[in-house]
Amino acid sequence: MMELVLTVTAVVLSLAAAGAIVRIARGPSLLDRVLAADVLLAILGAALSIDMAVNRHLNNLMLLVAVSIIGFIGSVTVARFVADRRGQTNES
Amino acid sequence: MNPDASTVDTVIDAVSSVFMIVGAVMSLGAAIGLLRFPDLMSRMHSATKPQVLGLFLLLAAVGLQLRTWWVWPVLAVAWIFQLLTVPVSAHMVGRAGYRTKHLHKELLSTDELEAVVLKAAEAAKDAEPDGGASDTIDR
Repeated sequence: MMELVLTVTAVVLSLAAAGAIVRIARGPSLLDRVLAADVLLAILGAALSIDMAVNRHLNNLMLLVAVSIIGFIGSVTVARFVADRRGQTNES
Repeated sequence: MNPDASTVDTVIDAVSSVFMIVGAVMSLGAAIGLLRFPDLMSRMHSATKPQVLGLFLLLAAVGLQLRTWWVWPVLAVAWIFQLLTVPVSAHMVGRAGYRTKHLHKELLSTDELEAVVLKAAEAAKDAEPDGGASDTIDR
């Protein structure tokens, strides 16, 4: 049963990652891209936890926390950076 | 009092499989929302699904599969950390999106930030009569 679950979740997560990457490539504004990169990190964390659950180990747990720290610092930093350039507004 | 061990095993496996599949579908829902919603605010709404509920379901699946009690506090710490950081970054991104006008005003039902922003702009104009466009209010 675990093999079936692993296959289904791998397909679903690959489709989700493809969608997030399309939004990163197309996204009209920088903030859209930051948001899509955040979602891509969440999908990576989901893949790490599914690996832990299927193979019954805890090796990825610190990596999961590190990935969420990176997502947090990245989006906060880019949001501050965007807020400083109000002259170049563009409608999305 | 002690049911058949293999039956309990099968039930726990089934529950964690359902958790894993639903958690993965949360990520897919976020990706579909990112592709189909019209502006930044509604995309932010869909992006929170895998970050909170999806991570909770997947960590619960990890805890069920490992079948020990001591992992649950560790997993709870990982989830609570995510729960603390996600609102902060969403606030920053939403605020920056509002200030840089990446939104469709006609889609909003209420806009509680508009009065604050107008007041801040008035205060900035009073403070600098030469009309400097400096923006140091929303810090």
